[in-house]
Amino acid sequence: MFAIIMGCGRVGARLANLLAGQGHEVTVLDVNSQAFWRLGPDFPGTTMLGNGIDVDVLRRAGIERADAFAATTQGDNRNIMASQIAKHIFNVPKVVTRIYDPIRQDTYAELGLETVSPTVLGAAALLSAITDQDDGKE
Amino acid sequence: MYAIVAGGGKVGYYLAKELVEQGHEVLVIERDSKQCAIIQEDLGDIVMQGDAAEASVLAEAGTARADVMVAVTGDDEDNLVICQVAKKRFRAPRTIARINNPKNEQIFRMLGIDATVSSTDVILGVLEQELPAHAVIPLLRLRHADVEVVKTVLDDQAPVVGRPLRDLSLPADCAIVLLVRGGTPIFPNPDTRLTAGDEVIAVTTTRSEARLRDVLWAGR
Repeated sequence: MFAIIMGCGRVGARLANLLAGQGHEVTVLDVNSQAFWRLGPDFPGTTMLGNGIDVDVLRRAGIERADAFAATTQGDNRNIMASQIAKHIFNVPKVVTRIYDPIRQDTYAELGLETVSPTVLGAAALLSAITDQDDGKE
Repeated sequence: MYAIVAGGGKVGYYLAKELVEQGHEVLVIERDSKQCAIIQEDLGDIVMQGDAAEASVLAEAGTARADVMVAVTGDDEDNLVICQVAKKRFRAPRTIARINNPKNEQIFRMLGIDATVSSTDVILGVLEQELPAHAVIPLLRLRHADVEVVKTVLDDQAPVVGRPLRDLSLPADCAIVLLVRGGTPIFPNPDTRLTAGDEVIAVTTTRSEARLRDVLWAGR
């Protein structure tokens, strides 16, 4: 499968390497060329400098033939906009969006975006780590 | 009319000011507290500090009874989300978004925004009126060689349409190197005929640019 990842932060870079490790074709987009160092020297995929909310940039990245699109930048609104373009304009079959704000996540889940909120997941993981530890002491 | 203006920068400030002067009820939502203070000082108690893309802020702003949501922050993505949340969550009857990238106009419409305003497009429109018709546009200048790569787009008024390149009396220091026809590049030979709609890319010395234009457009 061919996946485009928008945002080469810690999550984006890790996701890119995981997908590439499974043998998938990956292109990573970021507005900052310095971000690509996070991919490491052995990343076999493609990097592209550009803003994923620009349709011309997405076309150049090959969105018309992409099987999956993941928006993992720091900006919820940027992720939301890029994901909607991928899903509704280019009909990418699988689109996932990172949204920090749980309320916005609800709104866009209702609108049909597949969303992942690190805020919700992180809090749940921390909670279970804390309460599990308590259980262990009893 | 109750109008909510999201974004209290220069556009939002003057928009709010005009709306107030016209007698409308206006609320400006702005993230930056300093900017909020300036608006409050100048325009009165019509500003609320907060992120307009957050549903709780829009709820407090009374978006459910707003007649129009106008999102004029500097970022297209923020304006999109503000308008979408206003529309989907609060049933705002009319949403207007400011955009920077003119190509977002169509995208925003497909994503449910009622209207967009692009200053880029407005300026472009004015510029195009000012530009001479049938322009030969410089694409690239090689200053050290005094050579230019230029382009012109033929229409059915161009006298060279229908003629092969060999018929054109181009100066020796000028060459047509590429045609783009319907998105397809054509590397022409002397028998290639020009058609209306062709994008003609030529390399010319600066001296012969005027002559090239005369040949392609016959002095039009």
